[in-house]
Amino acid sequence: MTRSGSAIIIGAGHNGLVCATYLAKAGYAVQILEAREVVGGGASTREFAEGFRVSGLAHVLHPLNPKIVKELGLGAKGAKPGTAIDTISLDRDGRHLTLSTDSVSGAGLSDADAQAYSAFKREFRRYAKALEPMTMNKPPRLKDMDNTDKLTLAKLGWKLRFGLGKISMREFLRVGGSNIYDVLNEFFEDQRLKGAIAADAVIGHHMGPRTPTSVLTYLQRLRGELYGAEILPSGGMGEVANILAGVAERAGVKIRTEAPVQRIVVTDHKATGVQLQSGESIEADIVISNADAKATFLHLVGTEYLDAMFAHRVHKTRTEGTVAKLHFALKDLPRIEGLSEAQLGQRLLVAPDMRYVEHAFNHAKYGRYSDAPVLEITIPSLADTSLAPAGQHVMSVSASFAPYSLKEGWDKSTGDFADKVVALIADYAPGFAAQIIAREILTPVDIEREYKVTGGHWHHGEMSIGQSFMMRPVHGAAQYDTPIEGLFLCGAAAHPGGGITGIPGHNAAKRILAMKAGR
Amino acid sequence: MEKHDFREVLQRSPFFPRADALSQVKVWSPWNGYQTARIYDTLASEYFAIRSSCSVFDMTPMGKYRITGPDAIRFLTRLVTRDISKLKPGRVTYVVWCNDEGQVLDDGTIFHLGDDGYRLCAQHNQLDWLLISALGMDVTIEEETHEVAALSVQGPTSYSVLEAAGIDGLQELKPFDIVNTFLDGFDVMVSRTGFTGDLGYELWVDPNDALALWDAIFGVKARGLYDVRPIGLEALEMVRIEAGFIVPGDDFNTAETAVRADRSRSPFELGLGWVVNFDKPYFTGKRALLEEHARPIKRRLVKLSTEGNKPPHDSFLYDGKNGQRIGTIKTAIWSPILKSNLAMAEVEYIKGKRPAEIWAQIYYQKELEWKVVWERCEISGKPFWNPPRRNATPPEPF
Ligand SMILES: Cc1cc2nc3c(=O)[nH]c(=O)nc-3n(C[C@H](O)[C@H](O)[C@H](O)COP(=O)(O)OP(=O)(O)OC[C@H]3O[C@@H](n4cnc5c(N)ncnc54)[C@H](O)[C@@H]3O)c2cc1C
Repeated sequence: MTRSGSAIIIGAGHNGLVCATYLAKAGYAVQILEAREVVGGGASTREFAEGFRVSGLAHVLHPLNPKIVKELGLGAKGAKPGTAIDTISLDRDGRHLTLSTDSVSGAGLSDADAQAYSAFKREFRRYAKALEPMTMNKPPRLKDMDNTDKLTLAKLGWKLRFGLGKISMREFLRVGGSNIYDVLNEFFEDQRLKGAIAADAVIGHHMGPRTPTSVLTYLQRLRGELYGAEILPSGGMGEVANILAGVAERAGVKIRTEAPVQRIVVTDHKATGVQLQSGESIEADIVISNADAKATFLHLVGTEYLDAMFAHRVHKTRTEGTVAKLHFALKDLPRIEGLSEAQLGQRLLVAPDMRYVEHAFNHAKYGRYSDAPVLEITIPSLADTSLAPAGQHVMSVSASFAPYSLKEGWDKSTGDFADKVVALIADYAPGFAAQIIAREILTPVDIEREYKVTGGHWHHGEMSIGQSFMMRPVHGAAQYDTPIEGLFLCGAAAHPGGGITGIPGHNAAKRILAMKAGR
Repeated sequence: MEKHDFREVLQRSPFFPRADALSQVKVWSPWNGYQTARIYDTLASEYFAIRSSCSVFDMTPMGKYRITGPDAIRFLTRLVTRDISKLKPGRVTYVVWCNDEGQVLDDGTIFHLGDDGYRLCAQHNQLDWLLISALGMDVTIEEETHEVAALSVQGPTSYSVLEAAGIDGLQELKPFDIVNTFLDGFDVMVSRTGFTGDLGYELWVDPNDALALWDAIFGVKARGLYDVRPIGLEALEMVRIEAGFIVPGDDFNTAETAVRADRSRSPFELGLGWVVNFDKPYFTGKRALLEEHARPIKRRLVKLSTEGNKPPHDSFLYDGKNGQRIGTIKTAIWSPILKSNLAMAEVEYIKGKRPAEIWAQIYYQKELEWKVVWERCEISGKPFWNPPRRNATPPEPF
């Protein structure tokens, strides 16, 4: 194979791993430098109490894009690395709703709502599909478009107009910039159903259901559903990263863990390598950052190498996380009235109605954590018994909203918030508190420190419309290349954002190779 | 100093009581939020004070910023296009700064105040941009516009006047030097700088000492030694064009105020290529300027003189008489001392070259009757006015 050049990737997050493999396959000598002990970043498994392991941040996976699975040779295991699950929206009176990709069922649900759900999902998945050309390509530049940009816009236009048809397109344009609260009220009566969908629209964002553009964040989430139902990965999300690391290494990628990068070396406006915290310097033809935009530009590069307004734009991006992660080691399986053991193994939501979700968000607006948070709960040890000692269980909870900037500071409040979550779960699962052997809470501040993500943000930065597409992470660095020649972004900070998708990594690699080829 | 009364639209400089007393015509203009004299008695007498004796201009409204902290030099290096790493304590230098696109935001001067950091002076408010540029740097930026009162004393007898006023230490002061001295027990900082292209000094004091400074200078006149006259913005406008100094906002749109895409200007387009240094570390706009520099230049702000006796106010410029339109006059004056029409003009370059022959179509009024003449123009590579006395050290005494 001809050697295309050398590349350093800062961070072995799943996106860094995907990007690395593409580049290695194209002939680059790729070295990944990861700060943590393990690969995966947000997609890693952690032992938080002896014998209890759990997905550290991301715990529920949408199947990876089939193109990426195929091109990287991830195999059947990569296509489906665990158990497919549904979502169950919990109800205090035991009248839980089960939401699958296309149908919903549960006590007290009207036929009309059940049918509306199928129609709604069909319609909104079509919108998500229509937006796909935007997803798997660099976001087109509006000035000085190249051919790829023109093709992306043409495909998008085609899919919107002819893929959707006239009536759907009109409807898409009507709801696209709207908020999910209004839209769901048009479709459904059932409060539980609306609460569950609204929670999906805002989880990970600084948004409530009534926030404008919460339809777009919902569509973004639905994109994952295009490739199948959600998955609870065996061995935790770290196994997904291990699969990616496996193909990377087979493609010749060198992965070094416990190698935190201190700074990106810039010589004559060009990235020429990195310096590790240990002092070691490594040179490379190109440097690719899996870290978020603030970390990359403001800390690893440094403002003195950047234009002032560009640095200012990066500085002003909104990157404050809103989700805390809680992990529980449990003596035995929690009991929730009306749920079988198999049902306990699904994705459980505490989002009983839209006002509940909106109210939970209201607290975040004023620098407080939700009095009654929205919870996304999984008990992965049901499907994969290796995660906990025999007969015992682990529970993984994403709790919203827990804003990064808490008025009274997290130092004082972490325990209180964890207690609140425990009490809330106990409302549904009586006796829950007594089952806990050990617990762990990661607030956005902890996530920032441990996972090296500014603000501990789910998406490495808000997915608001002003920080999306050709403005992600900021105008001037939205096509994976940056103002520093030879420096690229490949992580969730770049288009199309966060979640375990591998798409930013894929797009970045594609862009790097196209630029190399002079395209 | 008393705080500015918010009910007054314009604030008054600490010199105002004296300026007001000497103002015969009470014609004021706003400048940077201050009530500033346009003219005191007649333009001619003020103009000739600058060129023939000694003039005093209240430059307190000038935006002043103090930059201190361990990263001060890193900050300034990233801010301005010029290499200022060699600027020594007690020296001043002229600088410009650009936005990301390499378009000029403003120009000004940097004073190296030794252990007290740096002072940046600019005609327009720049605090926002300075703070934006300070991101990630360990610097403190404080606006001191209202905390420092300043007079510009310019003209061939300025040195003699200041000496007679009791200000010592000017004899060996070279252009762009700074000296800290005393007058009647208060501190005066003097820099040999100015906006007139002539011998002259700028004096910087605590606002509480402002009137004492004014009185000491004008006391020289009262004692019958030398003539000293206050001058306003209009006389300054004449001499700065003679000296070839540009005024952001008048001669070109600053990048901050430009709305349309091609209305802002790069340093190269303003003839300020000499303050752009590509060999220094990164500065805002460098990437854009490197790209621009590799292409033929599109246009230039030039110093232009026109024949005839009609200053070419607001005129269009043509490539040859009746030729293609290739530019406009930005500012123009009749120069009494050079007996010539002088202007700042923007000229389109064709394939990186300036037109061979430039003509101005000049409209003028005679007893309310409009007339038009064509006059040939000449680009001047050097300042129109640059007498040896401007740089002579020690300065000539009178
Ligand atoms: C609480 C929470 C719950 C979530 N739940 C889900 C979920 O259920 N499903 C889902 O799909 N997504 C979920 N996400 C989002 C998902 O985790 C992220 O969007 C995703 O991990 C981003 O992947 P990435 O590869 O771009 O970056 P990351 O996973 O953040 O990886 C970046 C890597 O770079 C490394 N790094 C950073 N700086 C340096 C440096 N200076 N030197 C060396 N290495 C460095 C980091 O250590 C890290 O390993 C969740 C996020 C949070 C915060």
